[in-house]
Amino acid sequence: MTDPNMTKNPLVEMRDIHISFGGVKAVDGVSIDLYPGEVVGVLGHNGAGKSTLIKILSGAYQADSGQIVVDGKDANIENARDARDNNIETIYQNLALADNLDAAQNLFLGREVTDKFGFLDDAAMEHKAREVLHRLNPNFKKFTSPVSALSGGQRQSVAIARALLFEARVLIMDEPCAALGVHETKMVGELIDQLKRDGLGILLISHDLHDVFDLSDRLHVMKNGKLVGSVRTEDVTHDDVLGMIILGKMPEHLLHLAGPGATNAPTAPEDATNSETSETPS
Amino acid sequence: MSRLLSKMEVDRRLVGLAVVLLIIWVGFDIASGGRFITPRNIFNLSVQTASVAVMACGMVLIIVTRHIDLSVGAILGVLAMLMGVVQTDLLPQFLDYNHPMTWILTLLAGIVIGAVIGGIQGAAVGYLGVPAFIVTLGGLLVWRGAAWWVTQGRTVAPLDHNFILLGGGIEGTIGATWSWIVALIAIVAIIYAAIMDRRRRLSFEFPVKPVWAEYTNTIIKAGLVLIAIATLNAYHLPTRAAERLLENKGIPVTPENLEISHGIPIPLLIVALVAIVLTIVVKRTRFGRYVFAIGGNPQAAELAGINVKRMTVAVFALMGVLCAISAAISSARLQSAGNDLGTLDELRVIAAVVIGGTSLAGGVGTIYGALIGALVMQSLQSGMALLGVDTSLQSIVIGLVLVLAVFSDKYFHRRYSDPTA
Repeated sequence: MTDPNMTKNPLVEMRDIHISFGGVKAVDGVSIDLYPGEVVGVLGHNGAGKSTLIKILSGAYQADSGQIVVDGKDANIENARDARDNNIETIYQNLALADNLDAAQNLFLGREVTDKFGFLDDAAMEHKAREVLHRLNPNFKKFTSPVSALSGGQRQSVAIARALLFEARVLIMDEPCAALGVHETKMVGELIDQLKRDGLGILLISHDLHDVFDLSDRLHVMKNGKLVGSVRTEDVTHDDVLGMIILGKMPEHLLHLAGPGATNAPTAPEDATNSETSETPS
Repeated sequence: MSRLLSKMEVDRRLVGLAVVLLIIWVGFDIASGGRFITPRNIFNLSVQTASVAVMACGMVLIIVTRHIDLSVGAILGVLAMLMGVVQTDLLPQFLDYNHPMTWILTLLAGIVIGAVIGGIQGAAVGYLGVPAFIVTLGGLLVWRGAAWWVTQGRTVAPLDHNFILLGGGIEGTIGATWSWIVALIAIVAIIYAAIMDRRRRLSFEFPVKPVWAEYTNTIIKAGLVLIAIATLNAYHLPTRAAERLLENKGIPVTPENLEISHGIPIPLLIVALVAIVLTIVVKRTRFGRYVFAIGGNPQAAELAGINVKRMTVAVFALMGVLCAISAAISSARLQSAGNDLGTLDELRVIAAVVIGGTSLAGGVGTIYGALIGALVMQSLQSGMALLGVDTSLQSIVIGLVLVLAVFSDKYFHRRYSDPTA
């Protein structure tokens, strides 16, 4: 790999991760990495194992075997709190916001600002919320309405702002553009660009190539619990990536980057025979 | 009108409820030939509402966290019996008859036992994962049965002299002077809160209400306090009771002296205290914020590091504490503790909370709404009793009103709620 970021250490590395549920190998020997200031897409069909892999990083699941390295140090992530302690924040698909609370209340949920008597200092929290949200999204105005009154993009802003307040360095976004309109998808794209400039590492999880192709610097593609390969977005076309997602095939000119899950990978010829038949994803 | 209200940042639902209450009051007043809106009836109404109102404050938190408590009436029953036994059988072994500490220790015992009972139910809901409906339905049977077992069905009476003051009655009021002092404190607090809130928002350069709206809000609130206190003070003691009181104090009985005001009944003071404390808890503490977060999205609350199970125990324990206070009020009012005390109270409490705008889906609800809801329920019941309506017909009307209230709230909320407001 000739990544310009290679000079820096990766923010996060997941090495040879295995997890199975009742005999089904959901993730089977996958290794991925993420560098500061980089947006990496994790792609794959439903059931490819991408969400499971990411849930291991965010602490929702525990790997059967494998290693998670944060900033070059072994990290033991057993729950969401451990992930947070390692500055890894996850923004869930269903947006983990309490709909009945307003933006500031959601931002500070779980670590409210209190005054000297121990009472909530809502004004101080609203002040800080306005500051952070203004930086992310200057058009954000509805600070005092419940977040149920916000649009999908605005809710996504609140969720991201929440992660930023936790001083996240690694941001995991699960289907960040699902259920968003064109304009809002663009807004989220701008947000991601900005976070990238701030030096965060961002993992985008999606089953839809179009959502993440333009946003990502690199792509990890998974199929049937294995890594098909990791490619730089500038080296591949949409069709190349679709081939990886659907067929599990690395583009010919990048065969040397193939992972163990690639059906045409030179390193894993035995896989080619049995998974060629399962072209349609389950 | 609606723009005016939103400028003043008044809860529209509150205005709707107040209008409904006003219609009920005026309607009954006309139908009864002016016997409903009288100092005497308002005083009685406030005393009769107190027990349900106290429990309704706690039920708001239970329902906001997406639970329900069907056992409050039964818990009230068992706690009233236990407190009855504590003050008449247990404490007199150590303290003099009518000792000033008796009522305090009794109430304290009730509160502790209430917290334990509520906590057990909360643990079953939170940690064992049994739905609250089932746990508290079981609780309803268990605690009602337990209430009988305390004395094998014997009614406990007479209660401690000081304890009885908690239930209102002729001596259970604070009199005219103290009532005015309470009014003054309330008004000062209202003005102080408005000024501090505005100053704080200005210091962060947040948008604030127009000044006229601040003045109108404050004047309306202060005015309501004054009207309420003036009404309660306008209700004088019956001549015989006044004479006895004057004789006890050694003051000569003259026609002017006989005009002794009731003032604020102690149970109403307790309701006000509970409501203020719980409103502060809901709006200004982590605990309250978490209650609402859990109601809005339990998963999000869990992800934010909130211990949802422990919160569930705490909310049910708080409900138990409020049941103890209600048990004190209602047994003190009857001056005796019977094992059927509080029967069907769970339904009155839930109805009050729901009429007050708390959503059974969780996440939404206010303490003051529940108080007005309780007052609406009691007004209907007292009003119909005043008109001589059959008890059976009273139940039918109240049942229908409950359904209608929830329907109209849903209907108007859907039609007129503006998500951008």
